[in-house]
Amino acid sequence: MLSRIAESLFWLGRYVERADDTARILDAFMHRLLDDPATDEHAACRTLYAILGVEPAAAQGARYDAVGVMDLLGFDTANPSAVAGAWCAARDNARGVSEVISTEAWECLNATWHALPGQRKAAGRIGPYAYLRFVRERAALFCGLADSTMSRDDGWLFLTIGRSLERVDMTARLLSAKVVASRNAPDWSTLLRAAGADEPHRRTLGWGRDPQSAARFLLLDQTFPRSVIHALSVAEQCLATLAGGPHSARRDVGRMRTMLEYAEERTFGTQLTTYLKELQEGCVTATRHIADEYFQYSAPLAWQHRED
Amino acid sequence: MADVFDEYALGAAWDEMFSAPGAPRPAYRAVRAALDRFDPGELRLRADQVARAFTDRGVTFAFDGEERPFPLDLVPRVIAAGEWDLIDRGVRQRVLALEAFLADVYGPANCFHDRIVPRSVVLTGSGFHRAAHGIEPTNGVRVHVAGIDLVRDVDGRFRVLEDNVRVPSGVSYVLENRRIMTRTFPGLFAEQRVRPVDDYPVRLLKALRAASPRAVADPTVVVLTPGVANSAYFEHALLARLMGVQLVEGRDLFCVGNRVMMRTTAGEEPVHVIYRRIDDDFIDPLHFRPESVIGVPGILNAARAGTVAIANAVGCGAADDKLIYTYIPELIRYYLGEEPVLENVETHRLEDAERLEFVLDHLADLVLKPVDGAGGKGIVIGPAADERTLDNLRVQVSKNPRGWIAQRPVALSTSPTFTADRFAPRHIDLRPFAVNDGERVWVLPGGLTRVALREGALIVNSSQGGGSKDTWVLAGESAHAEAVNPAQSAGSDAADGQLDPADAVAGRLAGPGADGLQQQQQQQQQAQKDC
Repeated sequence: MLSRIAESLFWLGRYVERADDTARILDAFMHRLLDDPATDEHAACRTLYAILGVEPAAAQGARYDAVGVMDLLGFDTANPSAVAGAWCAARDNARGVSEVISTEAWECLNATWHALPGQRKAAGRIGPYAYLRFVRERAALFCGLADSTMSRDDGWLFLTIGRSLERVDMTARLLSAKVVASRNAPDWSTLLRAAGADEPHRRTLGWGRDPQSAARFLLLDQTFPRSVIHALSVAEQCLATLAGGPHSARRDVGRMRTMLEYAEERTFGTQLTTYLKELQEGCVTATRHIADEYFQYSAPLAWQHRED
Repeated sequence: MADVFDEYALGAAWDEMFSAPGAPRPAYRAVRAALDRFDPGELRLRADQVARAFTDRGVTFAFDGEERPFPLDLVPRVIAAGEWDLIDRGVRQRVLALEAFLADVYGPANCFHDRIVPRSVVLTGSGFHRAAHGIEPTNGVRVHVAGIDLVRDVDGRFRVLEDNVRVPSGVSYVLENRRIMTRTFPGLFAEQRVRPVDDYPVRLLKALRAASPRAVADPTVVVLTPGVANSAYFEHALLARLMGVQLVEGRDLFCVGNRVMMRTTAGEEPVHVIYRRIDDDFIDPLHFRPESVIGVPGILNAARAGTVAIANAVGCGAADDKLIYTYIPELIRYYLGEEPVLENVETHRLEDAERLEFVLDHLADLVLKPVDGAGGKGIVIGPAADERTLDNLRVQVSKNPRGWIAQRPVALSTSPTFTADRFAPRHIDLRPFAVNDGERVWVLPGGLTRVALREGALIVNSSQGGGSKDTWVLAGESAHAEAVNPAQSAGSDAADGQLDPADAVAGRLAGPGADGLQQQQQQQQQAQKDC
């Protein structure tokens, strides 16, 4: 597999997942804002910006509101942290590798990209939910098509690794917002909904659990496919299957997984902050190592001489 | 119901569908009858469907920084079996002559000694590259893919307008047009026997593999693209996908010890055949433009060392220069000992002082073309040009007569084309594609029909507001009859009462598949009983 293509597939996986996750987070927060009149809109929006790592370029002292959040985190096509921007970035990557992913998967990405401006216009009329839902559904369609029409070759592995690492990163960010900056943080049920985990969580653990159970579920549940440990396991398996390389990325991912897998029940609450920090840093390191090991193509054009 | 063909006005040019108002030619009878069943609203709906399908698949070209679908007209262009036989033979002959000419120019140079073509004409051509001299292709093929542009004259005769043997493009539209048309108008195909076009990728791959260096048992073939920003990127990706080979960019490749390697996740891998879609000028910064960042430094030396095949070979532009075009009929006689099957359009060379003077006096009646222009760039159609353009042209031509040729204007044939609410005549041309694997030149049955969508316009290039049509070559009664007597099979190809291939397919689908489904349903029921 060409390094350039491997890299594009890796980022394609990440950006589609990011569009999906960001749409879920926005949906849950928007719902919360309307649902609970006591919510401080400005503070909630600030938390949201913090989770997604976006610095709004607003004047000092300006108050953030839901409309601004949607513009910046939903509709902005130039910002790859926004829903639309992530999708554009995904489509750009797919365009360069459209002969490697299946035609159907490419068509799904491309048709969605063409439909986004129209969906945005519609969102101005009927609210942002339809827009966010559209993106979530198209992301699901893409994953489904990739799942059912792509061979399980190296390309598939890179796509899946990208998707899994992005999922780990997004979930860790979401949890940090709650754990680290808890004063204006969203409540646990919003958080679970933003991670698409509210129903599985309830089914697995029932009502009335302690607040930490949500964090535990999002990090440690082995059976829920959007949990951090599940995503890490998937990424680890894919990295193990990839041929070649000194496997330092696999070590990064494996270390994160074992950290969670053998976390002590007693100290879980106090260690949570450390875990989240490790996870976010681990994703960055793993991404760098993957790039170092597999994406080495951009060496400048130069004369090479070799005896053989 | 108003007939969509009611107001169809025949012009002076040859019309592909009608021989006289209301009288369709035999090959078009079925299409005409099928289209008659639609009203304008229905047709508009299908036109939108087509555009949508192209947009979704990314079959677009960049225009003013916007992605636009390449317009596909709803009316197919139909070519009868006998007519196609002529085109097929003519194109094959032309490609063989071009091959022989290139082998000669970059080898023994007999055509100069025998005074068929002046040496200076070839050496001053911008497509001739001294650096390609002495590079011997493994199987003797330089022109693996050729696109020969044909037009139909007022008298209905096909003529060659120009040859494209550098990086001919457009074949993806042929494949996509057919794909979309069968989905949009399934009924249209049921009544015709249209020769399929989906063989193309297989033939191309076979020809590319045949070009590989001899010592390699299982060659690695790649398609080399300038990148996503290129207007034909879709085509590059499609061909790579259909052939099942890698699509690479210059930065994916590098040369070491006169070998071309690609950078993969599993280290470096050798490459043996490169189907390049990059112009000569950019392919190797060591030999050509040093500032090119889309090429591969050293690739030409690797080709010279015989470790890699470049398709089409570097330097093919020596043969499709528009001034060389004027010599092709003589070259066919010289190399093949045959009379040309397809004639050229009457063309004046301007090196002769008298001829130049004649042309300069008659600019308003002629078409002037720069010899190395592509995409319809720089062409001046005398009868349609204003005084200032002609004055400008006169200055340019007299300054550089080698840079221009003059042609008699050809009134390109017209074909019914869907405008907002009905069919109107628009000018069309035809680019058949030929693939040479060293043993045989194969011509894709059909090719790209381009249509000038503006009323009266004669330039069909997509960059100048052109669209395309699905091009149907009707199957003869049998390949044998076609070979024995082409004229006869051409006359009878609209005959009824033949086995409808659509029925045959339906029969196959209903056969074993239906049984399998039944079995599955039975199992499902059993499973339900069990639990």
